[in-house]
Amino acid sequence: MNRHLSGSTLMAFCLGLILLAGGSHLAAQTSPAATTDRIAQLESQVRNAQSSADNAWMLVSAALVLLMTGPGLALFYGGLVRKKNVLATMLQSFAMMALVTVIWGIVGYSLSFGSGNSFIGGLHNIFLHGVGVQPDTDYSATLPAQTFMVYQLMFAIITPALITGAFAERMKFSAMLLFMTLWSLIVYAPMAHMVWGKGGWLNAALGGRFPSLDFAGGTVVHITSGVSALVCAAYLGRRLGYPKEPMPPHSVVLSFVGACLLWVGWFGFNAGSALAASGLATSAFVNTHFAAAAAVIGWAGAEWLRNGKASALGAISGAVAGLVAITPAAGFVTPMSSLFIGLVAGGCCYFMVAKVKSWFGYDDSLDAFGVHGAGGTIGAVLTGIFATSSINPIYHNQRGEVLPSGVVDGNWVQLGNQFVAVLIAWVLAIVGTFVILKVVDLLIGLRVPADHEVQGLDLSQHGEEGYYWELSAS
Amino acid sequence: MSMTKVEAIIQPSKLESVKEALLEIGVEGMTILEVRGHGRQKGHTEIYRGREYTVDLLPKIKLELVLADEMVDRAVQTIVSVTRTGRIGDGKIFLSRIDDAIRIRNDERGVTAL
Repeated sequence: MNRHLSGSTLMAFCLGLILLAGGSHLAAQTSPAATTDRIAQLESQVRNAQSSADNAWMLVSAALVLLMTGPGLALFYGGLVRKKNVLATMLQSFAMMALVTVIWGIVGYSLSFGSGNSFIGGLHNIFLHGVGVQPDTDYSATLPAQTFMVYQLMFAIITPALITGAFAERMKFSAMLLFMTLWSLIVYAPMAHMVWGKGGWLNAALGGRFPSLDFAGGTVVHITSGVSALVCAAYLGRRLGYPKEPMPPHSVVLSFVGACLLWVGWFGFNAGSALAASGLATSAFVNTHFAAAAAVIGWAGAEWLRNGKASALGAISGAVAGLVAITPAAGFVTPMSSLFIGLVAGGCCYFMVAKVKSWFGYDDSLDAFGVHGAGGTIGAVLTGIFATSSINPIYHNQRGEVLPSGVVDGNWVQLGNQFVAVLIAWVLAIVGTFVILKVVDLLIGLRVPADHEVQGLDLSQHGEEGYYWELSAS
Repeated sequence: MSMTKVEAIIQPSKLESVKEALLEIGVEGMTILEVRGHGRQKGHTEIYRGREYTVDLLPKIKLELVLADEMVDRAVQTIVSVTRTGRIGDGKIFLSRIDDAIRIRNDERGVTAL
């Protein structure tokens, strides 16, 4: 009883204190200077909260995109080669994670995203000079510049790794490293700068001369890598014994796991390209998923019609083709357009690898061109058709009114701009890759000797084997 | 007393039941090899990304038994009865004479070494 009384006294005392405090607060709020301070403080807290949310999503996205190269692409490609080349093939992807990272820090980022001319960035940011935790507001007002830098690095890693599928099972490791070093600087950096860099010729967000829509890298990543892959396959020539000797994938199981990881990682690739934890990211996420699903049906369905069977390899190849094609469109189109884009890409890419490749006779060993070159081109063109301002109001006039995006909105010019971007990407990839191959060929030679090719690259290039148990080691 | 070698090439899926049936009739030892081959059955085709491969050497199991002659008929009947499905690819059995057998552990020879 006594305790209860003292308790209620205490409560009354506290209440009095709170009221007093509230009263003094009220008094403080009447002063305009204090109100301004308070609002400024709140605004800064809101900014910090938004920055934290965006940064959290973008760091996760960067990690997801790295996951696409290793283990995703490494497993996907590793399973498709013969078992004597499994490690060499996986290492070619993994090596990009090391090599391109170093190049990116020294000069690659600056050439891609530093300010420069319409075609390539300058050298202001070499050695990551001036790239710190403060945002680079040209690219994002909420992200630390290093988050943007490291996110873009993951794209610069996977793009050359995609090319390795074309010259699998026959290129020298040393030649591959030199080729990729030059390719990163001569093909990737200018293309990334033109499409995404400040001042870039094709940049839609920052007022380029021919604004082309490429949300996550249809031209920058997939056309450049896919078309370069075709040039590599043609320049290096066929593998010994191709197409007479059977060269079936040694483990579709590995490829299967790799493709599933690619699908998941692609959410970071496409939804992350919103550069914010925003509704646009959700839109890109949903579109990515829908296109992949439709493309599985497109590819496997085409197989079913032609061979009477749908295959696991067909289903996973279809998924990758759909993911490639939706990449430029992810942040511009509706989910129903994505289904259409995926279905078309699945069917067309199947046709490319199953028919067109054998008509022309080039040995694009793992179909880097058939999937990435063709899928990227289809995606880039269809983006110009299906982009709509209802999903992403990217164009405005001087009064701030929203302008139409793609053909579905009535903007036919966009389709022309998409073709310009596609053409530039093709030409840059063909010319750049050819010149680099020629130089590397003259300097150190591209192909392994025939006996090394027969022995397999695992042993001849790296002195190890993927599956040691076959030697019945006890 | 003379000995016979029984070599049976069978479908891998039949191995367990053949092994059990042979143990039941008193066969005490056998050697098993994983082999590839084809007889009149000409394999199958596989398609990867539109590219067709003919796989004509199919995985089989080769069972090797060396038996005293009086065991041979029962062993052959047992193998046939367990592995026959009546379809192409059931396999074949070969019989051949064995001159001698030596048990490495103690130099026993002939049937006693089996």
